[in-house]
Amino acid sequence: MPFVNWLKRHFVVIAGLLTLAYLLLPNIVVTVFSFNKPKGRFNYQWQQFSTDAWQDPCGVAGLCGSLSLSLQIAVWATLGATALGTMIAFALVRYRFRARGAVNSLIFLPMAMPEVVMAASLLTLFLNLGAQLGFWTILIAHIMFCLSFVVTAVKARVMSMDPRLEQAAQDLYAGPAQTFLRVTLPIAAPGIAAGALLAFALSFDDFIITNFNAGSTVTFPMFVWGSAQRGTPVQINVIGTAMFLVAVLFVLTSMVISNRRNRQKASSV
Amino acid sequence: MKTTNSGSGDVRLTGISKTYGSFTAVQPLDLTVPQGSFFALLGASGCGKTTTLRMIAGLEEPSSGTVHLGDQDVTALPPYKRPVNTVFQSYALFPHLDIFENVAFGLRRRGIKSVKKQVEEMLELVQLGEQARKKPHQLSGGQQQRVAVARALINKPGVLLLDEPLGALDLKLRRQMQLELKRIQTEVGITFVHVTHDQEEAMTMADTVAVMNAGRVEQLGSPTDLYENPKTTFVANFLGTSNLIEAEVDTKNGDDIVLKAGGGKLVLPESRCSAPTTTGGKVLVGIRPEKISLTHADDAGEIPEGRNRITGRIANSSFIGVSTQYVIDSTVCPEFEVYAQNVDRDARLAPGAEVVLHWSPAHTFGLDAAQDIDAGIQEEAAL
Amino acid sequence: MATLTEAPPPLSPTAPAHKPPRRRGRWTPYWLLLPGLLWLCVFFALPMIYQASTSVQTGSLEEGYKVTWHLATYWDALSEYWPQFLRSVLYAAAATILCLVLGYPLAYLIAFRAGRWRNLIMILVIAPFFTSFLIRTLAWKTILADGGPVVGALNTLHVLDVTSWLGWTAGDRVLATPLAVVCGLTYNFLPFMILPLYTSLERIDGRLHEAAGDLYARPVTTFRKVTFPLSMPGVVSGTLLTFIPAAGDYVNAELLGSTDTRMIGNVIQTQFLRVLDYPTAAALSFILMAAILFMVTLYIRRSGTEDLV
Repeated sequence: MPFVNWLKRHFVVIAGLLTLAYLLLPNIVVTVFSFNKPKGRFNYQWQQFSTDAWQDPCGVAGLCGSLSLSLQIAVWATLGATALGTMIAFALVRYRFRARGAVNSLIFLPMAMPEVVMAASLLTLFLNLGAQLGFWTILIAHIMFCLSFVVTAVKARVMSMDPRLEQAAQDLYAGPAQTFLRVTLPIAAPGIAAGALLAFALSFDDFIITNFNAGSTVTFPMFVWGSAQRGTPVQINVIGTAMFLVAVLFVLTSMVISNRRNRQKASSV
Repeated sequence: MKTTNSGSGDVRLTGISKTYGSFTAVQPLDLTVPQGSFFALLGASGCGKTTTLRMIAGLEEPSSGTVHLGDQDVTALPPYKRPVNTVFQSYALFPHLDIFENVAFGLRRRGIKSVKKQVEEMLELVQLGEQARKKPHQLSGGQQQRVAVARALINKPGVLLLDEPLGALDLKLRRQMQLELKRIQTEVGITFVHVTHDQEEAMTMADTVAVMNAGRVEQLGSPTDLYENPKTTFVANFLGTSNLIEAEVDTKNGDDIVLKAGGGKLVLPESRCSAPTTTGGKVLVGIRPEKISLTHADDAGEIPEGRNRITGRIANSSFIGVSTQYVIDSTVCPEFEVYAQNVDRDARLAPGAEVVLHWSPAHTFGLDAAQDIDAGIQEEAAL
Repeated sequence: MATLTEAPPPLSPTAPAHKPPRRRGRWTPYWLLLPGLLWLCVFFALPMIYQASTSVQTGSLEEGYKVTWHLATYWDALSEYWPQFLRSVLYAAAATILCLVLGYPLAYLIAFRAGRWRNLIMILVIAPFFTSFLIRTLAWKTILADGGPVVGALNTLHVLDVTSWLGWTAGDRVLATPLAVVCGLTYNFLPFMILPLYTSLERIDGRLHEAAGDLYARPVTTFRKVTFPLSMPGVVSGTLLTFIPAAGDYVNAELLGSTDTRMIGNVIQTQFLRVLDYPTAAALSFILMAAILFMVTLYIRRSGTEDLV
């Protein structure tokens, strides 16, 4: 039974690749359907090849406006959450203080809370305060739920950092500010970058919390949601595909660059 | 020996102690390290040696007492304002900086602009000139260790502190680095304070060794002095091996004390006894294994007069090459250890043979019997 | 020569330590924590309190609401919407189990078998994130479309007969059935299972597999006795990261389901944004929160990984 044996030996590989296919299938569909020319308002059935949408990605009213709003919110939310979260992470790892447990729970809870619960309760607050729903309420909400993720990412990095490195810096005449700038920050940087990237992705793609707290403001995910009811323009697929490609290219380039740099170093040695 | 009228670069600890909550890491302690010496703090882990070192560096605040460098009281100074540098355990090299920048770090922080020449010279001193642009993780353990030394030494500190600097290296490399560090110290003439749990390392490198145990300095002196004339059971057992015999003071005979142990008598020079010697009092008599001669019981008559002697039976022997180690079963001490050089081997000295152990009274030392006879034995193995 | 004088007695009261022990940066941690924690208190904790108070209010949108401790809202909400609650838990549990079953081989593949393909596969797992999840979820409408290749294949293999009989699908349709919703939930939260699994698998020393093999364990036994137990932290955090958002999700049920597959998230959303019955919505989301916290605590206790937090 050579086939059965082969199957047994490669079971993990086959099953893993099938899962990968499951993960990637929708992206393939999104890409293929970005070249569709649908007959009705909905882009669910293949009709005919066309590059119309690619030539005019902003051709739908409100689409590119919502995209730029989402990007703006994501940038500000990333900056805010990364700054606040990094500070908390440092405090948690580097200092002993009272109420540590309470702080840890307060950080953990937003991650263990269904989005819809946070969304609803935040809306209750804004309604009670009579706040105007829009850009600012969305930004506040995004910073809030990104914060915990940044803390977790930065904490992991700072925790794995040898405290002796900072002591060594102090021993070598670096004052507290110098120690932080020259040693702590550069070494924690990958963790902070990971946290920031995560925050950006979470904020940009968030729908549930935004939907509750946006009022009449429309972010990109809300635009997509609305179009699922009213009719899905092909341009949505174009933007989805473009973002996928940009992300993959970005990662691949940075990998190639770091590979080349390593190789150069190795050869210069 | 001098106490307080110290030179300009001495490290002087006065009544320094460290407590964490109810745990006392370092008992109030006075210690002077003279300028230019190679000083070792030796002890098992948790004995307070690293804490003492960190208090000198300023990385730990003393609970009481003061630290002086020369005439300057540095107790209140943060580490970055002290003219002291440290070689950290496992080196703590900055992973994001290359070797050159690691070594230049201290100079740059003090605002020195042209560091190139100094750094290159320093890298030459530790024989790493070729590696300047590599990152720490690309170097071997021994190379990293040398970078750590260079990074500290380039600042020309008044004192260089070394926290188990060789702990992460394998045995052969450790031997090599011991000589290397000793060479560097002689060359630059800076005071080295070296923390280690390895008694051999401390004895090879240091001029003066302070043996620490449970937050106190048990004994301080030159390696020879500590080895030949231990003052406590901890030092006797922690540095090398000692045979300790419980004995009772019988009479005094001039400068010597005569003691009763088992059925026989042992002679101990009074100057080599750190315990009170009232007649009838208990004393621990110590003798190093290599000072003892073994003679087969049949030849007992050939042993010269005036030597301390004990009879026993060989329980075990193991051949080491340069020497043979015997374990002797005796009435006064159940496991007597004897190391005999393999010069003329007596074939009769095999397990089961009846033997006489004898040694010169001048090699005998006396310790206070109120101490734990086994102090310092297992602690090294636990590391 | 260095000298040791005898250790002095503890400092006498007449010679007090000449200064109090310094405490460097005693307030630093609090300054670091302050802004972030304030943010969480005002925009996370405080809203919870507001919501709790809203849930026991009565009144109407026009006349305003008052706290009347009307706890009956909870009872009414539960008795009216228990099917949606039950459905949420069942769908989320099914999706979590599917995620574990599907995600484990892929995480294992990346950790131990991918070799030089490891980075590429990692990128392929993460990259879909950059296409909005709503767009990707809509793509499932195309994939599972009536009469499409997937449904056709399932029909030919008579799989749909079985699933229809079980009540997971309806007739020749997959869309607008529980199966479609669970499929969407599984798809959406699969990366949240794979990444923690990978992290804890990657930490396992490959030599352990060899050691187990050397000690007469067959591959399956090695997995059962060595690999899987060691990956438990990943399994626990993966299941939590999948179950919690899945239980509160309403996007998949809305886009891929029908009125018969509505989950509690749909109800809360409708009550809040369309019906504007704030007390009921608040009570529902409170019940959901309590239920999830209860289940999560129980689960963490049982799996013995309380240091997860």
